Amino acid sequence: MALDDRKSGFTFVGTRPDRPDGLDKVTGRAKFGADMSAPGMLHGAILRSPHAHARIVRIDTSKAEAHKYVKAVVTRADFAEVPFKPGLEGEFWNVLENVMAGEKALYDGHAVAAIAATSALAARDAVKLIEVEYEVLPHVTDVDKAMAPDAPVIREGAADYSVPEGVHPNVVRYHESGHGDVEAGFAEADLVIEDSFVTEATHQGYIEPHACLGQLGADGKGELWCTTQGHWIAQKTCAALLGIETSQLRVTASEIGGGFGGKTTVFIEPVALALSRKANRPVKIVMSRSEVFRATGPTASASMDVKIGMKKDGTITAAEGIFRLQGGAFPGAPGDMTAMCAFAPYNLTNVRQVGYDVMANRPKQAAYRAPGAPMGAFAVESVIDELCKKLDLDPIDVRLKNAAHEGTKASYGPTYEQIGLVESLEAAKAHQHYSAPLKPGQGRGISCGFWFNHGGETSVSLALSEDGSAQVMVGTPDIGGSRASMALMAAEVLGIPYENIRVTIADTATLGYNDVSHGSRVTYASGLATIKAAKHAVEKLCERAAAKWGIPVDAVKWENGCAVPSGPNAGDFDPLPLAEITANMGSTGGPISGHFEATPEGAGVSFGIHIVDAEVDPETGKTSVSRYTVIQDAGKAIHPAYVEGQYQGGAAQGIGWALNEEYIYGDDGRLQNSIFLDYRIPVASDLPMIDTVIVEVPNPGHPYGVRGVGETGIVPPLAAIANAVSHAAGVRMRQLPMSPPRILAALKQDG
Amino acid sequence: MSKFHVTTQVNGDEVEFLCDPRETLLDCLRDKLNLTGAKEGCGTGDCGACSVTVDGRLVCSCLMLGVEAEGKQIETVEGIADGDVLHPLQKKMIEYAALQCGICTPGILVAAKSLLEKNPNPTEEETRYWLAGNLCRCTGYDKIIRAVMDTAADLREAS
Repeated sequence: MALDDRKSGFTFVGTRPDRPDGLDKVTGRAKFGADMSAPGMLHGAILRSPHAHARIVRIDTSKAEAHKYVKAVVTRADFAEVPFKPGLEGEFWNVLENVMAGEKALYDGHAVAAIAATSALAARDAVKLIEVEYEVLPHVTDVDKAMAPDAPVIREGAADYSVPEGVHPNVVRYHESGHGDVEAGFAEADLVIEDSFVTEATHQGYIEPHACLGQLGADGKGELWCTTQGHWIAQKTCAALLGIETSQLRVTASEIGGGFGGKTTVFIEPVALALSRKANRPVKIVMSRSEVFRATGPTASASMDVKIGMKKDGTITAAEGIFRLQGGAFPGAPGDMTAMCAFAPYNLTNVRQVGYDVMANRPKQAAYRAPGAPMGAFAVESVIDELCKKLDLDPIDVRLKNAAHEGTKASYGPTYEQIGLVESLEAAKAHQHYSAPLKPGQGRGISCGFWFNHGGETSVSLALSEDGSAQVMVGTPDIGGSRASMALMAAEVLGIPYENIRVTIADTATLGYNDVSHGSRVTYASGLATIKAAKHAVEKLCERAAAKWGIPVDAVKWENGCAVPSGPNAGDFDPLPLAEITANMGSTGGPISGHFEATPEGAGVSFGIHIVDAEVDPETGKTSVSRYTVIQDAGKAIHPAYVEGQYQGGAAQGIGWALNEEYIYGDDGRLQNSIFLDYRIPVASDLPMIDTVIVEVPNPGHPYGVRGVGETGIVPPLAAIANAVSHAAGVRMRQLPMSPPRILAALKQDG
Repeated sequence: MSKFHVTTQVNGDEVEFLCDPRETLLDCLRDKLNLTGAKEGCGTGDCGACSVTVDGRLVCSCLMLGVEAEGKQIETVEGIADGDVLHPLQKKMIEYAALQCGICTPGILVAAKSLLEKNPNPTEEETRYWLAGNLCRCTGYDKIIRAVMDTAADLREAS
């Protein structure tokens, strides 16, 4: 997109109006996944493997089928009939294998069979009547152990061409990139630090469990209501798994109670549809919290080695990282993303990064807010902090010295366009938090973070009504106030009040394809699409005005919600407001709508810096975060309050990841902490206020300069807090979470 | 198993339902009375999304059985507004952008209203500890705490 298309001097953009769905959400009216029901509805329940790795010898469903309230039972065999699309391949096959186990149960919690009964209680009772005979197999849940020569093989032949020979079959993808000569670079350094780091798997922890209501008839036509970040991918995947045509399944996205990447695929949706097809009735499935933890996407766990060389003046001479990520019993751990993001904030002459995607007997990992990036940043930014400490350099100055800028060849290949890292670092340095005195026992840590951001396939339709109001149909589920942002951008183009615009998340039958609400893409891509669709409608409005006035259309411009004659015709006619044009649009050429269908590719990359003050209780090992500031480049904040909300939410999730959250597996391969009591996410009393600074360095790829802001905020906290702990307590924590027992052990070892 | 007949008061209305003795108050509110404002986030009393008050006491409705509601007075998120007039807490939550996905919002509102009824002038620490039973994964709580404390200040000024 040309820069001259860029707008500045906004009327609506940058203001903070009430969100359009606010009333529904504060009154309990908003309908989330589990809030929908249908006449004749059955309730589904899923039987899950208690074993981490087991061959399924036999499934006997006869007792369950004989139960008086049971109307259907399904196993993997019910997904095998695919009349239109035989032979599922690639990710569809992986999703099917995850949705319902085939020959083997691959993790504790893996779905094995499901039933539909007349009530939720009956379903829960009757699912226990299904008998499964297992042959228990050796299992592995740790990433390093899964790569060891004697590790049990999760699935032969799952590796792709990228994996070098001689590596264990559990390694299924391999990534290597970089430039320069790292060995030569290390030789130039005054100090080289090499260290190893481990992070545990964490869960996205959305408060709303997965829920859906599905109906599928013998005619292959279906309806699905579900909580999802992307109903088109749900449509496509469910259709493939059930062997029906994609367009015959209409999917409506409910209000979504959090996703953070974890609702970008399907789990229960194809099961509800398969049960419905068998029972000829709608089927609702709602996961329990324990099912969410055991069977939906945690993030990957990681084991990492990082080596960085630095000169006495702070110049990084070379950087190298090896990142091993465990993503459950399926390919997909974002080892490549970790590798590519790890050194992305820096302008490096010599850099090399390697990523491994490793399978283990755990649930299939799902995206979690900048998937892969937080782990790598934890390792890299910890090593940089150690270098700064040993060389007695200011950590922000060192990052400024090495910061990537426009024209830098990124560690992962491309050359950066206009980016806001330097501006963000300068804002961090100038922030009063950075110079505020610390209390005794407190330490201050900082970290940079990077995320790519994403464009993706996008469709938006905008229709004007006779009364001059506008409806905007977007296809990206609203996970954080995006309807407000879309309405602001549409108002900016149309020149009508924000309140006169209604934004709806359209279902799959009423709009073209849309990629998922992920990759921090919604305000960028659906926003760009909304602007373009509104401009498309404005073109038509100008045409109608030109026809009315009898002047050429290029002599009409759009200003403040009115068609205005311009050029030689300027002042010849009174401005014609939008509502006057739409009032009789039926007789002047028909309904006026605007559309956008394309794949925007100018999502600008994003950087953030977090400043954390922390203190460690030497007796208990408990770390408290006493002050927290997020500085991040938003390009242009459309609705600043929701931008701040993304920064704060990302920081809070990062604090949980850093200090407390982890998947804990027993020796038996079973998840030990599958409820919120034992998997404790940050609560209100754990956190301080989280201060935010919105830096605005426009993204050249968006008409208003927007960069996605959703994901970058979770990248810096892990290292920022580890660095604060290091300065507060004198111990370098190389394993997350920095839970009290780990800190106590480190203090003991240290002292 | 035979069902129990329960008569109770919800948001001032007398209601009746039949429930299995194993069904929670949350199940009954949602599935029998179609009051789906209270949410099930955990089913173990850890997340607070199902918060309601029973005879004025803040409880997780997933930890109480439906049969225990007999003769009680229950208040849910659906009863917080007075007709079309929102409670000040509801207005402030919107004004402060104190919700992102909104799934925890009903529980937060019920809990915060209960706090302000007991303590019209809570400190930040008191507010944080009172709301520690209501998990929010989106906001980091910052804007929620500010909205609640600002509402408290407004209510004090108005009284």
